[in-house]
Amino acid sequence: MPDQSPPTRFAAAARPESLLINMGPSHPAMHGTIRIMLELDGERILNSEVEVGYLHRGFEKTCEARTWFNLLIYTDRLNYVSPLINNLGYAMTMEKMLGLAVPERAQVIRALMSEVSRVSDHLTCLAAMAMECGAFTAFLYTMKAREFLWDVIEQTSGARMTTSYIRIGGVRADLHPDYAAHVAKALVETRKVLKDVHGLLDKNKIFLNRTRDVAVMSQEDAIAYGWTGPCLRSTGVRYDVRKAQPYLVYDRVAFDVPLGERGDNFDRYMVRMLEMEQSLRIIEQCVALLPKAAPGLMADGMPPAEAISEARRQKSGRPIRLSPNLEGSEKAVYKDILAADGGAVIPPKEETYTSIEGLITHFKFFMKGHGIRPPKGEVYFAVEGGNGELGFYIVSDGSDRPYRLHLRGPCFHIVSALESLIKGRLIADVIPTFGSMNMIGGELDR
Amino acid sequence: MPGNFITTSFEAMLGWGRKYSLFHYPFITACCGMEYMSAACAHFDIDRFGAGWTRFSPRQADLILVVGTVTQKLAPVLRTVYDQMAEPKWVIAVGACAVSGGIYDNYAVVQGIDQIIPVDIFVPGCPPRPEMILEGLLALQGKIQKEGHDWRWKKKKTS
Repeated sequence: MPDQSPPTRFAAAARPESLLINMGPSHPAMHGTIRIMLELDGERILNSEVEVGYLHRGFEKTCEARTWFNLLIYTDRLNYVSPLINNLGYAMTMEKMLGLAVPERAQVIRALMSEVSRVSDHLTCLAAMAMECGAFTAFLYTMKAREFLWDVIEQTSGARMTTSYIRIGGVRADLHPDYAAHVAKALVETRKVLKDVHGLLDKNKIFLNRTRDVAVMSQEDAIAYGWTGPCLRSTGVRYDVRKAQPYLVYDRVAFDVPLGERGDNFDRYMVRMLEMEQSLRIIEQCVALLPKAAPGLMADGMPPAEAISEARRQKSGRPIRLSPNLEGSEKAVYKDILAADGGAVIPPKEETYTSIEGLITHFKFFMKGHGIRPPKGEVYFAVEGGNGELGFYIVSDGSDRPYRLHLRGPCFHIVSALESLIKGRLIADVIPTFGSMNMIGGELDR
Repeated sequence: MPGNFITTSFEAMLGWGRKYSLFHYPFITACCGMEYMSAACAHFDIDRFGAGWTRFSPRQADLILVVGTVTQKLAPVLRTVYDQMAEPKWVIAVGACAVSGGIYDNYAVVQGIDQIIPVDIFVPGCPPRPEMILEGLLALQGKIQKEGHDWRWKKKKTS
């Protein structure tokens, strides 16, 4: 069916002799969620218009209808390449609002998990960028490394991506007893892959031609557009939320902030590559920093169903073994992984199963109009996400759900500069430029 | 008689050939795409099942994998892409959003892509593990094998 709609503002403004071409949203390099309309003279881009919103899932509005605890799952799906950092951003914003003190061990676990997520985020971005430039081998290698990193996450949280592992007040469960072996393996594999990718791409003529001095961003423009994260650092601006406003344990671990010089596609690639090495360094230090926790696993305890039926008859002092999907969140480890404030964290399952007070606390936590009740007010907090400053702005009216929740998605600001970066360049330059920005639909369109 | 021949029905042979040479078009929009990437790469290796060849042109694809959330804004695009595919064609809806809208029960999200295009296999999960995506592919292969193939390449009556 021919398009009956009137010409867009963009089409109306185009010169009559130039060619109008539509890139995306179903274009392999547009990640399925972005449309770029291009006005071309031959292969040169005279003008362009970027249209976003193809993955607008109503995140902010939906959150207003969910309780403080329940909306955590929606944050998983914002930047879905590094969901744990989104969890962290939301949880820390809420902690700031509630004034919660998070135990030391939980903080180190959070830092460890967010660095694992950051590496997987950068790996995925570079994989997509390299693949779109034709370097399929690099794509396969980086994906391989990501699997080992996700093994670490899966082993502890039970899920590969959408984990909801970092909760308000701490983390859902303690690390798996064998986590150290998995982390060590992931580090070895990732370092191997990084070395391979450096070898494949750094001096690759094709890759260099498509990235070196292509889409150069100046420092002033980058700041004016609101760029943060690896893209801003590629222009040479030294801004990293982990250094500027240290949170968790980032003031106690040693790491460098890699900077670029020119702000072109290659620098954006290189900053990400170097940042991954720093993240791996942080992971190693976090493993060393991790304080001891009480042993949680009650292998010889009674199973939950038995505990519940026994609690109906008499008060029992015997230890309880939780079901496998609750491993690591036993009452004994609660003080190491979750804040002591009973009103903001789920009560331990042992109490819910065996005592009426525990059951009531559990019910009240999840009941409509109860649960977490922050004071009236507004709060903003930002963490360093995979793409940059990931900020949550939350307004509370004192009820059990947010009055307003706004996400400062870093890639929204980065993609807004795309039009100016590709202006005057060749059409083939759109692909590596867009790829190096790491546009993530969930975070951009929310 | 030398033993170097087999007997089969024409339909079975056609089904066998089709199910092991699926060119797929990944219509990737959101989170499930990450798991699709894992499924397509070395660890899980979708190529073992004859579907390793990704075609980003709907004209060359037999199978469209709708991976991720389809919003109201994206719906016409999906329909256009599906209409551009040549017969015979199949659809797998991967992930809760594509199956039913998932956790996004709101104004922006299409509540299941079966409102837009016919779907052969639904793969639930938020997101489904790569193994589940592969299982969905195997289920589709079973379906293709059993399907009555019109070898004269007429248009399907359903569309």
